[in-house]
Amino acid sequence: MNGLSMIAAMLPDGTVDPANDPGLSDGDLLAVHGKMTLLRALDEKGIALQRSGRIGFYVPSTGQEACAVGAGFRLREGDWLFPSYRDHGLALTRGYPLSTLVAQLFGNRSDATRGRQMPNHWCDRNIHLVSVSSPVATQLPHAVGTAYASKLRGEPVAAITTFGDGGTSTGDFHAAMNFAGVFRTPTVFLCENNQYAISVHVTRQTASKSLAVKAQAYGIPGIRVDGNDVLAVCKVVGDALALARSGGGPTLIEAVTYRMGPHSTSDDPTVYRSEEEVEQWRKGDPIRRYAAFLKKRGLLDDEAEDTAQAEAKEAVRQAVSDAEISPPVPVESLFEDVYEEMPRHLAEQRDGLLSGKG
Amino acid sequence: MPQATLLQAIHDTLHEEMARDPRVLVMGEDVGREGGVFRVTEGLIDRFGPDRVIDTPLNEGGIVGMAIGMALNGLRPVVEIEFADFIYPAFDQIVSELAKLRYRSAGLFTAPVVVRAPSGGGIKGGAYHSQSPEAYFIHTAGLTVAMPSTPADAKGLLASAVRGPDPVLLFEPKALYRTVKGEVPEGEHLVPFGKGRIVRPGEDLTLVAWGAMVPVASMAADLAAAEGVRIEVIDPRTLWPLDIALIEESVNRTGRAVVLHEAPRTCGFGAEVSALIQERCFLRLKAPVGRVTGYDTPFPYALEKSYLPDPEKTACAVRAAMEF
Ligand SMILES: Cc1ncc(C[n+]2csc(CCOP(=O)(O)OP(=O)(O)O)c2C)c(N)n1
Repeated sequence: MNGLSMIAAMLPDGTVDPANDPGLSDGDLLAVHGKMTLLRALDEKGIALQRSGRIGFYVPSTGQEACAVGAGFRLREGDWLFPSYRDHGLALTRGYPLSTLVAQLFGNRSDATRGRQMPNHWCDRNIHLVSVSSPVATQLPHAVGTAYASKLRGEPVAAITTFGDGGTSTGDFHAAMNFAGVFRTPTVFLCENNQYAISVHVTRQTASKSLAVKAQAYGIPGIRVDGNDVLAVCKVVGDALALARSGGGPTLIEAVTYRMGPHSTSDDPTVYRSEEEVEQWRKGDPIRRYAAFLKKRGLLDDEAEDTAQAEAKEAVRQAVSDAEISPPVPVESLFEDVYEEMPRHLAEQRDGLLSGKG
Repeated sequence: MPQATLLQAIHDTLHEEMARDPRVLVMGEDVGREGGVFRVTEGLIDRFGPDRVIDTPLNEGGIVGMAIGMALNGLRPVVEIEFADFIYPAFDQIVSELAKLRYRSAGLFTAPVVVRAPSGGGIKGGAYHSQSPEAYFIHTAGLTVAMPSTPADAKGLLASAVRGPDPVLLFEPKALYRTVKGEVPEGEHLVPFGKGRIVRPGEDLTLVAWGAMVPVASMAADLAAAEGVRIEVIDPRTLWPLDIALIEESVNRTGRAVVLHEAPRTCGFGAEVSALIQERCFLRLKAPVGRVTGYDTPFPYALEKSYLPDPEKTACAVRAAMEF
């Protein structure tokens, strides 16, 4: 746990390093594959929907499925989720309904958050998925406060927050890590080091030897894990969550991974990185790696893999066609939820807009 | 004169200023190889190198704070905040430090930092890629706040900012980046701070607008013209210090005024403009000063079109003033 050496679980011969084995049943091993496949299909569809003008924007997590699913698989009822805009996979794995997620992309009446935010700004009260905002890393201190509240009430739950390598440069990262250390809150900080903050490489983000090593300065454990090894992620996040729930305090985990796609649909990564570099990482595609592992284990074959992909595509297609037919949000909803009760000035502004007088 | 978009004008001016003065440098998130998320700084790194076109870590407070240090030690940093919505982590550095350094040191130290930030809506950017936060900064003594609406003004204001003695915040209406094209004077072109511009003359009502609302004001003036109302559109260009003399002279002629801005209404800069007009033109006013603004809600995603002021809403306010 020096924050420098990298933890891995899946060995090339199809076995699992016993020290880092999350101990999943065969059924769970396949369920993990199913979630990763669904996430990939969702991201492909998200990009396609944006390209064809059916939604305004999309942020894919392609290449980072092992982080999202490996971590999400260890979350339990009662835990709190503070992901970034790129971590729908975490929520999806925890139980964020695909239909609710897809509806958010359309921002119409089917969207539980009433079209208030751009696509990828998730929210779900049932699974404690706290509304995602755009400013980077602002959610980290929230995950400390929420965890503090749970701890105060003696609840055996944890709060997890996910963010990118760029997020570690912010003041809120420092504040959150420091507060979590001081108050020993049950918070798991999962940094998905996907090598880039838009165009800026992680080596221009910090001169530190790793991101996990930063934990030392806050007096909390820092763990570096192969973020494309879903079982390793599952293991270290599971351990950190268990530690947190049992009163052992916070952990920083750096999952080393790669953003295989663009930062968002607004981004053209060819401007700042080479095709060779992408190709190199593509060889370590977390889904392909995991599928190969399952095949060696005799749990998956080509046919079952194809079926999983087809089912994932169909599930996404269905969710999209259900959400897309919903009508736009009503204009008057513009003025709702600013306060619990609408103050007079907003009622006046609403009436002005509805009467066509501005 | 050559034609350019607003975005090209800003790009070219940065290029010219960096070529003119080796102390000028550009810094911010993604401004280097990427050329900024809007491509304003595209290619500058090839010409001036990474020491003067600096990709920073992701920390706006750090960016502005470091720029203050550079500026008080002889450099001329031009900071890019990726979106104005992300300026708040730098609020402390801007409000507590940048704005007050000259005053608290009685002029012994100054930090002529230029902060550029794409602002405003119109790109379906939702709550965090659409805001117009100019009023927070106008409220802070020591800052100059400007917002161009034409390529020529963008050049002139930016060049004045880079060369001037005090910190300047330049809010760039991103909706106009590529949609507005116009002539840009070649060579040295400085637009002084505190000097507004009459966009179109008129006799019946003064419409004050800035940034992306200037084209909206012009469209509203066309609508009004069809009803026989001649509107004078004024773009202050610099919001603070404001060219109140220009507005005062105009309103004394027209007797009616409407202020148009994207930012929310309450404590928006329109409130200040309106107060100044009624203080100075009270006896000439034939109607209360009207305001057309964004609503007092967070900036919405799906309902962006309903939120933003448009020519029709502006025409309503004009009619109300005419019929008062
Ligand atoms: C405070 C703040 N500054 C700037 C931005 C613009 N921005 C959006 S995403 C991003 C990069 C984030 O990179 P990282 O934290 O590594 O996460 P990733 O997107 O790679 O998952 C930037 C600079 C922002 N959203 N918030």
